[in-house]
Amino acid sequence: MNKKIIIYVLGWILNIEAVFMLPPCVVALIYKEASGIWFLAVAAVCGGIGFLCTRRKPTNMVFYAKEGFVSVALSWIVLSFFGALPFYISKEIPVFEDAMFEVISGFTTTGASILPDVESLSKCMLFWRSFTHWIGGMGVLVFILSILPLAGGYNMYIMKAESPGPSVGKLVPRVRTTAKILYGIYLFMTALEVVLLMIGGMSLFDSLTISFGTAGTGGFGIKNNSMAFYDSYYLQGIVTVFMILFGVNFNVYYLFLTRHPKDALFSEEARAYLGIIGVSILLITINIYRGFGSVFSAFHHAAFQVASIITTTGYSTVDFDLWPEFSKGILVVLMFIGACAGSTGGGIKVSRVVVLLKAVKKELDSLLHPRSVKVLKLEGKPVEHQVMRSINTFLGAYIVIFIFSVLIVSLDNFDFTTNFTAIAATFNNIGPGLAGAGPAKNFSQFSPLSKYVMMFDMLAGRLEIFPMLLLFAPSTWKKS
Amino acid sequence: MKIIIVGCGKVGTTLAEQLNKEHHDIVIIDKNAGVVNSISERIDVMGVVGNGAVNKVQMDAGIEDTDLLIATTNSDELNMLCCLIAKKAGNCHTIARIRNPEYDSQIGYIREELGLSLAINPEMAAAMEIARLLRFPSAIKIDTFAKGKKEILKFIVPDHSVLNNMKVRDVLVRLKCNVLICAIEHNAEVIIPGGDSIISAGDKISFIASPVESNEFFKQVGIDNNVIKTAMLVGGGKITYYVAKMLENTKIKVKILEQNAERCNELSELLPRAMVINGDASDQELLLQEGVGQTDAFASLTGFDEENIMLSLYAASQSKAKLITKINRIAFENVIDSMNLGSIIYPKLITAETILQYVRAMQNSMGSNVETLYKIVADRAEALEFKVVNEPCIVGIPLEKLELKDNLLVAYIMRKGRFISPRGKDTLEEGDRVIVVTTVTGLNDLKDILR
Repeated sequence: MNKKIIIYVLGWILNIEAVFMLPPCVVALIYKEASGIWFLAVAAVCGGIGFLCTRRKPTNMVFYAKEGFVSVALSWIVLSFFGALPFYISKEIPVFEDAMFEVISGFTTTGASILPDVESLSKCMLFWRSFTHWIGGMGVLVFILSILPLAGGYNMYIMKAESPGPSVGKLVPRVRTTAKILYGIYLFMTALEVVLLMIGGMSLFDSLTISFGTAGTGGFGIKNNSMAFYDSYYLQGIVTVFMILFGVNFNVYYLFLTRHPKDALFSEEARAYLGIIGVSILLITINIYRGFGSVFSAFHHAAFQVASIITTTGYSTVDFDLWPEFSKGILVVLMFIGACAGSTGGGIKVSRVVVLLKAVKKELDSLLHPRSVKVLKLEGKPVEHQVMRSINTFLGAYIVIFIFSVLIVSLDNFDFTTNFTAIAATFNNIGPGLAGAGPAKNFSQFSPLSKYVMMFDMLAGRLEIFPMLLLFAPSTWKKS
Repeated sequence: MKIIIVGCGKVGTTLAEQLNKEHHDIVIIDKNAGVVNSISERIDVMGVVGNGAVNKVQMDAGIEDTDLLIATTNSDELNMLCCLIAKKAGNCHTIARIRNPEYDSQIGYIREELGLSLAINPEMAAAMEIARLLRFPSAIKIDTFAKGKKEILKFIVPDHSVLNNMKVRDVLVRLKCNVLICAIEHNAEVIIPGGDSIISAGDKISFIASPVESNEFFKQVGIDNNVIKTAMLVGGGKITYYVAKMLENTKIKVKILEQNAERCNELSELLPRAMVINGDASDQELLLQEGVGQTDAFASLTGFDEENIMLSLYAASQSKAKLITKINRIAFENVIDSMNLGSIIYPKLITAETILQYVRAMQNSMGSNVETLYKIVADRAEALEFKVVNEPCIVGIPLEKLELKDNLLVAYIMRKGRFISPRGKDTLEEGDRVIVVTTVTGLNDLKDILR
């Protein structure tokens, strides 16, 4: 383990975080809020430590998969720790684990909140909360890759550890250029949403924070009743469309940009994703039609909630906890499926689900025809054995962590739906669950132990489990 | 530049590694998914799995906007096909590894017809390197020009040489050698000499000459003290054949040891002037009998690395001959380098090196009409080959009337296959190729030689 280079990478993370803390300062200046000073202070501390760590380039640039995973996992923890400080020091969130929970929920684009009254926060805190979504959505280390000349062969390890999905491909030969393209698309789509929301009459501050939440598929609202506050079909419609768009694999957009629209349209994962969305909306619309009275209204809210849950955003326009059981059931299933690989969303990922279903079919076939040979394909390409194995292991680890988390949280003695969906909502980076963790409620009632478990789940969910597991595996830190 | 490399053996990997370091965008293609994955994890390149000669695979790798395709798979025919298809699909430069000696005679034709920018034969390249080492053990660096007709050599002027304190203009007159001294490295400075520049001992001198002329020049200058007269080549493979062929017209006597009687017959037929001995080289008795103790050079060129190493070590214990050891597998380089094996030849590295040289020259000539570029002293002095196009401010004007930049020398003019050492009265004509030596780096066009 080359600890020096990990410290070096962490130093850069702190430098970047210091820079990211400047926009909240600007917000504080505009709204003349005293709490902005804490951002400046924490930024200075981050910058200072970061400067010390990055002052000298380590001579030993050995960087393998191990270092990649560990530095990614540690980066996210360090990022969250310093990101929580402004909340804690300013006493706007007086309990430390609550501040940590809130910020981890932000960076991992979960959107689960412990705040009973969001609107009581100052504007700069609200901005920072939503901004963490945007930063976390595409990944901080990917951002660093795109701007810093961290030359060396280790870029791929970092990208692999941070990007969601079973197998990570590059768009262009260089990791750095790939990262730049991804961030370019991300930035452009966010800006587009801001503009469209402002056309609908939303204020700049609101449209910025809402767009950050959509882009990162996070879901922190700045109103107590989330998106229900904006009672406009146009505004909610825009957010629905953008949530779905940000849940698509970004490679698809790149293919559109580079004169390969045909390939983009034939993306198997994107089609499956849109298919699942379509069917879910249809079923829920039929199921909740009676409660809303008009088909359009039912469709609108069904679409919003489906998009919000499958992309793991977690905004809500209505309290879907009051919906019929069938609709709630569909939403819970969507929670696990999640968005496409290579998007900003969480969950198990559509591509994994598709591969798993195909594997089941293949297994059935081989039971009927024991000597049949069939190659599993995704996007027209054979799925390598290694990828298949990693998907299976992922699912195994996923289930184990899930079960243990639910068990620990059960100590708080809430009902099963609350426990189960609270873990589902945090582990899949969604935000609201059902019952006690539903969209109209928040996570403040959980015990500190449960909160720490959920923080771990959020990070593990965002980083696709293995970096976090490796961080806590003793063999990672042993010499050899 | 965007470069596609087909085939990820040692050569392909070395190229990808080096070219990536030099900030090119690399895409690698190989049939073996495992190899592609492991390389694209280690190096910042994009990988495509598939047959590189298939148009769709090339499309996936982005052939349309690629500048160069390098085919280094282990099949000559596949390499040629890759290049042919790439040329049609992407109109890019192409480099193919073609190693079968049967294609040698028609290599020019193949290059022309397939539009290859470069065809490289690893064994040939290795043999060239060995032949150079044997011919000029004291030259530091040798590069060939104009398809091998001219060479650019660098050597250190010995203490008691006639060259010491000689003016450059006197070299031609007093030594009667037709060589062109094109750069002098005196301590840390590099100069392009004029007639009055003075050479002193310890300088590094680069000069251009034909192989025969340079031989003569070395003799005159007095660094023939360790010229090699007899060379023993062990193993009768392709490299040995090429080396012997190259040395045929020199004064070096070649002795070849080969185990296989049939191959011995072949070699003897192909190389009438070489002495071919049928026997096992690991037989010490035989080696001693054939004069391992007296030979000037000993080259271990069998197909087994371990055997080569052992043979060279044995030769070192028996004689003071110049040793050359061929190593195929590039692993544990540092261990091998630390042994007393003389000059070590890695054919794969030499291949990669040759291609790299071409790519660098291509990089330099992107958007310019530099044909080839040789670095004489890294980043400080270079020799460039230009094609003369119809440029009224240059063509037809005597050289003495052209206002050339300082520290710039028009070294040679090639006209219809003949070399002209330009004098003041000579002119450049359309269709000529000129070699320009200069310390002004970054020339893009022949016009740039003017002040």
